[in-house]
Amino acid sequence: MSLVDLSQEFDSSVLARVLAKGRSTGAGFSEVFIEDKRNMGASLDDGKVEAVNSSRDSGAGIRVINGETTGFAYTADLTEKGLLAAAEAAAAAAATGDGQVHTVSLGTVARQQVNDVRIPPTSVPKARKVELLMIANDVARGIDQSIVQVSAGYSDATRRILIANSDGVLATDEQVRTIFRVGTVADGDTGMQTGYDSVGFTIGFELFDEESIEELAERAARQAVTKLRARPAPSGAMPVVIKCGSGGVLFHEACGHGLEADLVARGASVYANRVGELVASPLVTLVDDGTMSREWGAIGIDDEGHKSQRNVLIENGVLTDYMWDHIRSRNEGHAQTGNGRRQSYQHLPMVRMTNTFVLNGTEEPDDIVRATEKGVYVAKLGGGSVNTATGDFVFGMTEAYLIENGEITEPLREGNLIGNGPQVLADIDLLGNDFAMGNPGMCGKDGQGVPVGDGQPTLRVKSLTVGGTAA
Amino acid sequence: MSRHTVDDLQAIADAIVAEAREGEQIAASVTRSRETDVRVRNGEVEHFVSAQSQSIGISVIQDGRTGNSSARMFDEASWREVLAEARENASFGSVDEFAGLAEPDGVEIVEQKLWDDDLAAFPTEKKIEIAKELERLVLAEDPRLRIDEADYADGSTEEASATSLGIRSSSRSNSCYATVSVLVDDNGETQTGWAYALGDSPDKFDLPAAAKKAADRATRLLGAVKPASRVTTVVLDPMVTAQFLGIISGTLVGENVVKGRSIFADRLGEQVASPLITLIDDPTDSRAYSACETDGDGLATRRNVLIENGVLKMFVHDAYSARRANTKSTGNAGGCLALQLVPGTKTQAELIAGVEDGVLIDSVQGLHSGVNPVSGDFSTGASGLVIRNGKTAEPIREFTIASTLQRMLLDVQAVGGDVDWLPSRAAGLSLVISGVTMSGA
Repeated sequence: MSLVDLSQEFDSSVLARVLAKGRSTGAGFSEVFIEDKRNMGASLDDGKVEAVNSSRDSGAGIRVINGETTGFAYTADLTEKGLLAAAEAAAAAAATGDGQVHTVSLGTVARQQVNDVRIPPTSVPKARKVELLMIANDVARGIDQSIVQVSAGYSDATRRILIANSDGVLATDEQVRTIFRVGTVADGDTGMQTGYDSVGFTIGFELFDEESIEELAERAARQAVTKLRARPAPSGAMPVVIKCGSGGVLFHEACGHGLEADLVARGASVYANRVGELVASPLVTLVDDGTMSREWGAIGIDDEGHKSQRNVLIENGVLTDYMWDHIRSRNEGHAQTGNGRRQSYQHLPMVRMTNTFVLNGTEEPDDIVRATEKGVYVAKLGGGSVNTATGDFVFGMTEAYLIENGEITEPLREGNLIGNGPQVLADIDLLGNDFAMGNPGMCGKDGQGVPVGDGQPTLRVKSLTVGGTAA
Repeated sequence: MSRHTVDDLQAIADAIVAEAREGEQIAASVTRSRETDVRVRNGEVEHFVSAQSQSIGISVIQDGRTGNSSARMFDEASWREVLAEARENASFGSVDEFAGLAEPDGVEIVEQKLWDDDLAAFPTEKKIEIAKELERLVLAEDPRLRIDEADYADGSTEEASATSLGIRSSSRSNSCYATVSVLVDDNGETQTGWAYALGDSPDKFDLPAAAKKAADRATRLLGAVKPASRVTTVVLDPMVTAQFLGIISGTLVGENVVKGRSIFADRLGEQVASPLITLIDDPTDSRAYSACETDGDGLATRRNVLIENGVLKMFVHDAYSARRANTKSTGNAGGCLALQLVPGTKTQAELIAGVEDGVLIDSVQGLHSGVNPVSGDFSTGASGLVIRNGKTAEPIREFTIASTLQRMLLDVQAVGGDVDWLPSRAAGLSLVISGVTMSGA
């Protein structure tokens, strides 16, 4: 079964009255964001399906913007009375007291389908979802005797949203995401090591027709087993080669956040006032693309009702544009870019990435390794974080190897790498031709998490600081 | 004050668990909360969020299978739907002979002051004024400072829970804080700092101290360079120590022990840390920010000594892990709830005076990405000040510090007396640790 479009559940005249109430204290802009989200998840650990969970969360967030001040209130009461009460609270929070009556006329519903959902997760029996967990458990444990623990998780989310605002925007979207993850622990002479892999797309249960859970479980198990013979990672600055599809988080942290217009406007980004300048190696073309069908960060419309689009942020090393939301576009007379996102109806939207990636270069990936005398090869990156004002950022390596005399040799224990965004972007000296998207990610900013994707071809940074313990 | 019962919520929780059928266990938690969040920039309110929400969560255990469900509405029709969903979910879980709710254990609750009437009555205009005042105080500290954001936030939660085994609890709590994040520019360089003010109610905030702290953090990093790589001694600032203890606590949680994910699983009774280390989890200590009366299973919280003079004494358990480990719950459903180290006597300056050559670690970055509590690998980005001949010297940044959790506990050289009851599940104090690898240029 597919759920009905939210615009069929809310009369546009009710929405118009709520928006008018939002503007009743003198605000120039009001917005209602309605969300109905259903989640289903199941987790396995220690050989058992521990718990099967489901939740339903629906409600509305009302935003009222009066000059520089935003008033915001949310409610789980989606009746007209509930919506009006929230609009009144938001209006009071942003009041200047002009008390005029403002009328709002809404346009027709805009929709943009970026992905087809062939099998809605809500139509799949829970028993089938749980069965996948047992398969992952059995496969991972069968890979090697050293695998002593396996956890696995299945989760799906169906999120219907409706946005109406006093500029006349009326838009809806249905976003379906399905994800599966496997974690492993291997035990050996030098203690325990962990492995992890995940697969997730903005699609339905057809994910499992297209992706093999067995292969996912095997990769997660082999990662832990391989690391049993890992030596401590080196310490200090050296060339680092990052495998295709594993290191998009580098760009997410090294420059993605710094290109968000809200941080730029606050003067909290090293990339402020640098449009038109060379900010990266000329090899680098960086794109943020919410329309990238299926990918984890894909959205039809953003959470402010604007269609997602493909935005080129850096072209051949030159900074071309930032990412924008409603407030920043309005204040600076810039076009929307479809990057206004929020975690839920309980949160205010802000500038967020969608799918952020670097386009292909021309090198053969093997040649990049061969050209590196001594360094580190990162096959899987973990999370990262950045201080956008200084540009200093870190990211973890969860699977990495030494490069010695142009060859990948010993596996390394885990650690962080640290660098400075503009410096690292300038230091990218080899870019491969093997572009791939990476694992599904969750990006946190100001306490809000949203799903994002990233990708890149194999590349080399000629100098990055590797935070290990070995000389 | 916190003995306040939330009658309407308790009635709902009681009604839900009364639905338990023969052989079925039900736990229900019903919550209502409010929040206010004010952000100020350049003397203007940037946003003002005012909201209330509610939620309900139900767990059902039937024949050793567990199912959960939750929703944001708790009228009867809604909770009946949630209960039906949790029951359905339970039918898909694996049979686990250890699954089950906590049995009441007779441990008395140690009452905590979780509610403040002054905060509840605090007027909205004054909340905005606090954020503006904090912004003004920071700007007065140094002309090179800019405000990134200044926030005031408060929240209150009323909660009632019940289980079909007869555990009932209800509480009402509120809290507030103000935070500021600042930027400082000098010679084309930008550095950042932040600080917060805490108190039972906003009149207890020490805003001038917070302003000074934020300004100091930012300005003292101006001119920071990337250091050379070497093995050194670090002095962890109390906030960093609290983050470190948070990671250590995961290795002492019973569930990780029984599932073979703890580096200390078979080390009970052994010396796992320097004799200077005595680590206690005590949510009944009212000085702790995370002090609380009951754990996630509804049992009374209690004081547990986890590591004493460096010897591993116990793990913390909830009802489930205790059953598997053939022991009793330690009132720790939810993990370690309020950690503290038994303090030494020296101030941070006195500790630094005892370090010939080292680094004062002001802040760390990337604990979530470079630390693996299962393997013990520890690697994190950091910034701070060089320590030379017992005194702090030039600032450094863009480097990592690395060791293993096991080594770091054993390599503790001194424990400070400067306890800071931070807004986290662990109190902080300064800690001196040797043998740490610093990676830089």
